[in-house]
Amino acid sequence: MKSVRKNKKIIPKKLKPLKSTKVKRGVNSAFIMQFHLHRDALISSLTRLLRTPFTSAMAIAVMAIAITLAGSFYVLVNNGQQLVNSLQTGKQISLFLHEQVSDQQAKKFAQRLQSNKQIADVVLISKQQALAEFQQYSGFGMALNALATNPLPAVIQVFPEESLVDAQQLTALLEQMQRAQQVDLAQMDMDWVVRLQSMMQIVNRVLLLLSVLLALAVAFVTGNTIRLELQARRDEVIVNKLVGATNHFIFLPFLYSGFWFGFISGLLAWGLILLMLLMINTPVEQLSLLYQSHFELHFMSFIESLLLLSAASVQGILGALAVAYYQLREFKPE
Amino acid sequence: MLTFDHVFKRYAEAGDVLVDVSFHLNKGEMAFLTGHSGAGKSTLLKLVAAIEQCSRGQLLVDGQNICRMNERQIPFLRRKLGLIFQDYKLLFDRSVFDNVALPLVVSGVRHYEIARRVRAALDKVGLLGKEHKFPLALSGGEQQRIGIARAVVNKPALILADEPTGNLDPELSAEIMHLFEQFKQVGVTVLVATHDIDLITRLQYTQPGHKRLQLEQGRLISHSL
Repeated sequence: MKSVRKNKKIIPKKLKPLKSTKVKRGVNSAFIMQFHLHRDALISSLTRLLRTPFTSAMAIAVMAIAITLAGSFYVLVNNGQQLVNSLQTGKQISLFLHEQVSDQQAKKFAQRLQSNKQIADVVLISKQQALAEFQQYSGFGMALNALATNPLPAVIQVFPEESLVDAQQLTALLEQMQRAQQVDLAQMDMDWVVRLQSMMQIVNRVLLLLSVLLALAVAFVTGNTIRLELQARRDEVIVNKLVGATNHFIFLPFLYSGFWFGFISGLLAWGLILLMLLMINTPVEQLSLLYQSHFELHFMSFIESLLLLSAASVQGILGALAVAYYQLREFKPE
Repeated sequence: MLTFDHVFKRYAEAGDVLVDVSFHLNKGEMAFLTGHSGAGKSTLLKLVAAIEQCSRGQLLVDGQNICRMNERQIPFLRRKLGLIFQDYKLLFDRSVFDNVALPLVVSGVRHYEIARRVRAALDKVGLLGKEHKFPLALSGGEQQRIGIARAVVNKPALILADEPTGNLDPELSAEIMHLFEQFKQVGVTVLVATHDIDLITRLQYTQPGHKRLQLEQGRLISHSL
């Protein structure tokens, strides 16, 4: 027992010479060795991927679709948010005047409103103008001609001061307008914007969650593809281990495979998203024109594209890493 | 170079496979490990290559105890060994050159250095000029020579061969043994597990002075020159 104990103490000292082979070469050449290792792995993994084009293409297609979905969710949310924001800046209060208020009186009332400090601008739509507009856009022009009198009230559009962003202040202004005797109905077009905003938030959350799931799917697909490849190359892995390869050396090419899978899928997904945006751009522009809006479809920026590509690559690498951790330990020479 | 000090190996399923094995091989010594199948020859070699871990005792390779070795250090131990197998364990989708180069590639040797050393190793086993062929295009004896070239390309201090001639006829077997003899002469320690007693007897006759370790049911029963 004594001799065993003694020797055990000696062991750690004697283990050192093994590692010293690395130190002897110097830090610089160790770095160069790592560089060569990574470069070789980067290239060999790509050639390996191209050697089985069908399998690779299948995996990449699945991943590209998942990334495209996640990416287009992002673009969708982004554009939706922009749309809602543009609506919000166009906040206004519409005052529908009593029918008996004449255009003359309406004009006076509008001038009075103009002097209010909380109001930036006032636009009067007289009964006549309202009628003309209605005839032009509604398609009921002929029906209106049949009426003896103009049924439409005059409307005053009130644009509050830019500084008035607080919902409470706006509501106060609204109530103040409502109290004026000329006003039949004061309506703020903010309500539905606020509702839309909160709905957007829900949609945001749901899409974010879905995107996370899709990102996980990308990692799993990569992991599975690499697991199959590892299985197919089991003998090679074992021979490598027998001649002294470290796990690091063996797994590096597979990690790079993961990177390539992610990167190529990301690139493909980027192209698909761009294609989709281009395809819906014209209809969106037409729709936007119909609403007299200046809304423009927001494409992916350079930074966003870069983020998409790196996220896809990272997912690929993560998938490969997960497989490495569990699978490589199982491969032991017998 | 190689020391077994009261080494035991016990498997949960099979019980004791090696019982209290002790012996020592000096640098440049060549030894034959004999015994029936199941006597524990392969297990003994696996312990040295850290493919299996011993249950008790000490196993020193080049002064380093490998019985309780850290998993991360195993690759560095294997780089000091040359392993030769009965089934050669070649990669059939790679050329002879790539097969032999594997230990060098794995330990990060530079490309120009690799080419030089692979050719030297192939020259030693008499396969120079066949480096661009694929293993399956060569005969069994030649395939084992690829295995041997791969084992020695790293200039190991210790060569372990598990039934290296198991699949070869007597003439080729003698050639392989002769190769081991040559490595021994340049100071490499060689441990060959074999059940081919005839082969050893013939070799002892021409080249005496090899150690013979005989295993029976996991015990070392003779330990002689």
